[in-house]
Amino acid sequence: MPNKHIVKAYDDELAELDRLIAEMGGRVEAALAKAAECLLTYDTEGAKEVRAEDKLIDQLEIQIDQHATRMLALRQPMAEDLRLIIACLKMSNDLERMGDYAKNIAKRTITISQAPLITTLGQSIRRMAQMVEAMINTALDAYVARDAQLAASVVHRDEEVDQLHTSIFREILTYMMEDNRNITACTHLLFVAKNVERIGDHTTNVAEQVYYLITGHQLEEGRTKADKAASVNVGD
Amino acid sequence: MQDQSTNKIAQPNIKLSAKDVHVAYSGRPALHGVDLLVRSNLVTALIGPSGCGKTTFLRCLNRMNDLISGCEVKGEILLDGDDIYGKGVSVEVLRRRVGMVFQKPNPFPKSIFDNVAYGPRIHGLAENDEHLEEIVRKSLRRAGLLDEVADRLQEPGTGLSGGQQQRLCIARAIAISPELILMDEPCSALDPIATARIEELIDELKERYTIVIVTHSMQQAARVSDRTAFFHLGDLVEEGETETIFTSPSDERTESYITGRIG
Repeated sequence: MPNKHIVKAYDDELAELDRLIAEMGGRVEAALAKAAECLLTYDTEGAKEVRAEDKLIDQLEIQIDQHATRMLALRQPMAEDLRLIIACLKMSNDLERMGDYAKNIAKRTITISQAPLITTLGQSIRRMAQMVEAMINTALDAYVARDAQLAASVVHRDEEVDQLHTSIFREILTYMMEDNRNITACTHLLFVAKNVERIGDHTTNVAEQVYYLITGHQLEEGRTKADKAASVNVGD
Repeated sequence: MQDQSTNKIAQPNIKLSAKDVHVAYSGRPALHGVDLLVRSNLVTALIGPSGCGKTTFLRCLNRMNDLISGCEVKGEILLDGDDIYGKGVSVEVLRRRVGMVFQKPNPFPKSIFDNVAYGPRIHGLAENDEHLEEIVRKSLRRAGLLDEVADRLQEPGTGLSGGQQQRLCIARAIAISPELILMDEPCSALDPIATARIEELIDELKERYTIVIVTHSMQQAARVSDRTAFFHLGDLVEEGETETIFTSPSDERTESYITGRIG
């Protein structure tokens, strides 16, 4: 919306909501990046920081929820303002889950840090994480720029993340089959890989919210589920 | 109203259709080519900033604009397919079919009973005194007022509270069994509780009547109406389902108005 509200405070409050979402999104993106890095090198100190910093992400969700609720009560928002406030309520929820997944990755990194480092797996997972970080970045850009097409583009990229997850799943299985001393660490890595994939799913939720708030319509095309990990079978 | 069945095209569930309606006051245009369909048994809200033409349009629907000298109405307005500006149309009969409730409650300086009985009396709608009493009580009940005044129907209507007076005016309007009820900002002079009671009443009334309401309050339009028409500088900018108008309007002017933006 190019025009300003007649009541300036209304615009100020919406700007504050924008700022909070951008901050929360930025922190989530950073948390994922750091968690993936720390996994690669078993940096347990870094992992502990990721866990601690998740509190800030949680606080932002509460702030956003309170701010949005207040605006609903006091401003009786309509049309795009209403869609924006509802979208922010939903996005903060997705972002908080994404932060939790990053925290969980860090937690598991600390857990398996005593086991031998499986570098190739760490690299594969980091590559997947980088894809998802880029998606988060684009989704937030789309939000700030109110660019519906950019938001829609994020949704399509999740397919590649799902495919990478499936292949990492198989990769982890081979390590387990190769040497059963790897099983504990690899089981944790399965969860870690799944966490990254789930962050990707939540990112598409965020992008879909951005698309809806701009256009007033749901994004038509269904998300293709390219994650075949659930169908990987014995002897595959 | 003459029955011109040969050229009457009444669409099912369209109570009133306005086509290319222009209104000018002493040569000064107030409405430019308005097309609007009013659907039966629904509440249609007319919203827009002051001077946009919504009240001017409302007053065309029962020819109240006839009472304003210099006011010229052009275009076609059909009530159930009948042209209300047609030759030989009786304005009194039209105003029986199309009732009106005004912004400021205006009960007659008569008893509560006589306020409601006035219309049926002059139109000869009651066969006898008992029938008349039945009509009065039924109207008061449907207006949600009977319980409060049943034991004092002979008291003056002007002795009631603002909210009660407005419900009395609604009872008065429905006593003559209209088909369409026009409401011009019926709650502006009322407190929030009285307003809520009128809104509840409107919800009930639409089962029997078709309602068109002009309101300054967008929140009221959002709460009370099924369809909303947005007027701006004499144009009907956009009309549609209330839910759509208030969640994703098509026109930028509509969006600006309902979100409280300039421009």
